[in-house]
Amino acid sequence: MQIPDAEALCRELADQIRPHVTPDTALVGIRTGGLWLAERLHAELGLSTPLGAIDVSFYRDDYAAKGLHANPQRTDIPCKVEGAPIVLVDDVLYTGRTTRAALNELFDYGRPSRVELAVLVDRGGRELPVAARFCALTLSAPLAASQVLELERTADGTLSLRLTDA
Amino acid sequence: MRNPQLNKHGELQHLLTLDGLPREILIKILDIAAPFTEVAEREVKKLPLLRGKSIFNLFFENSTRTRTTFEIAAKRLSADVVNLNVSTSSTAKGESLLDTVDNLCAMQADMFVVRHASSGAPVLIAQHLQACGHDDIHVVNAGDGRHAHPTQGLLDMYTIRHCKGDFTRLSVAIVGDVLHSRVARSQIAALKTLGVPDLRVIGPKTLLPTAVEHMGVRVFHDMREGLRDVDVVMMLRLQNERMNGALLPTAQEYYKMWGLTAEKLALARPDAIVMHPGPMNRGVEIDSSVADGAQAVILKQVTYGIAVRMAVMSMLAGN
Repeated sequence: MQIPDAEALCRELADQIRPHVTPDTALVGIRTGGLWLAERLHAELGLSTPLGAIDVSFYRDDYAAKGLHANPQRTDIPCKVEGAPIVLVDDVLYTGRTTRAALNELFDYGRPSRVELAVLVDRGGRELPVAARFCALTLSAPLAASQVLELERTADGTLSLRLTDA
Repeated sequence: MRNPQLNKHGELQHLLTLDGLPREILIKILDIAAPFTEVAEREVKKLPLLRGKSIFNLFFENSTRTRTTFEIAAKRLSADVVNLNVSTSSTAKGESLLDTVDNLCAMQADMFVVRHASSGAPVLIAQHLQACGHDDIHVVNAGDGRHAHPTQGLLDMYTIRHCKGDFTRLSVAIVGDVLHSRVARSQIAALKTLGVPDLRVIGPKTLLPTAVEHMGVRVFHDMREGLRDVDVVMMLRLQNERMNGALLPTAQEYYKMWGLTAEKLALARPDAIVMHPGPMNRGVEIDSSVADGAQAVILKQVTYGIAVRMAVMSMLAGN
């Protein structure tokens, strides 16, 4: 598979979201890749609401099986959630379980007026009824379960996608 | 022999003591506690991690703060918490500790939080659970005799790290009744593990364990000398019952010699923090002006205690 250019996809995603931005639209990025992307979108769209960051470690559905193995970080949502239109941002949409966890966490901060999902890449393989409203690239064929597609960021802030075989 | 706190994968199975707890596990608990501090600021102060788990608070000795913070921590993790009031429990009718535990296991307990006046009671329970094949039930020591109070030690470490950062550059003084203090033992173990280069204990000879210097601490009997240039002052509670024995003169005299006053605190570094595990005896081990002063982080310790206990319980239940 040809690795897509993350920078170009990022601009494409911003263009998709831009017509739908309202003055109270708030972005919430899912750590870590989704937050990098959200930071970029936040700047490109020139939003005035503060950017939120969500870490879904405490809401994952595989805690009972896997425990707390990852290194959880702070969830930090400085924007108003109650009554606000929220765009949830993640780098790669796969099973939909991360989105489910993020939605649950988001609702513990209040009841948003609507939540939309923005992702850079939809890699297929959904296990839950989740779909992205904004998506820069949908892969024509789903990736195999052994493959990992993730966003990376260099020291100078350049975004790139990396595909590895586990 | 396997460390009784760890499972066969080397993960934390029970939290019994900080003495001998691997450094990376200690650091991991502090790291995991950090994001839990944020839960208190939410609209809904609850996480779903321990949904459906039953946690029994087994307090065979009185405690308000520790029991309450454990209860809040468990409830914020969505666990079902049962507080066993010992004065009305079967123990008062003559049931043994392990029979009580067996009965609670039969009620599908997932975790015991144990406070006991006898050193070693939580270890005894942990060994008993293992012998009975209950590998999925966890024990947290909430203070046993003079032995250990690991979650207090951990929340103290969290507070120090939050206020001071790097442990390997700190001077820390522990002041007061080290002899009878399980808190001091847990603090010393953790501070040594985290690499504090200058660890001091300050107190009268009658309230310091014999050969305490073998724990890797410097001993001071003169409080003014001991507090000079320290970054952290950790006060210990003077238990009232000690006053009745021959270990001490009067409370007034103890205050004069070992009580932390603004004048004595001025000998520490200007940015030194003052800690106390509570409950405080104002005018005995600490002066009110210090307890309520700008350098005191005593109430922060209580708040961080909830996050640290959430971290411990969620790590245990996931292992």
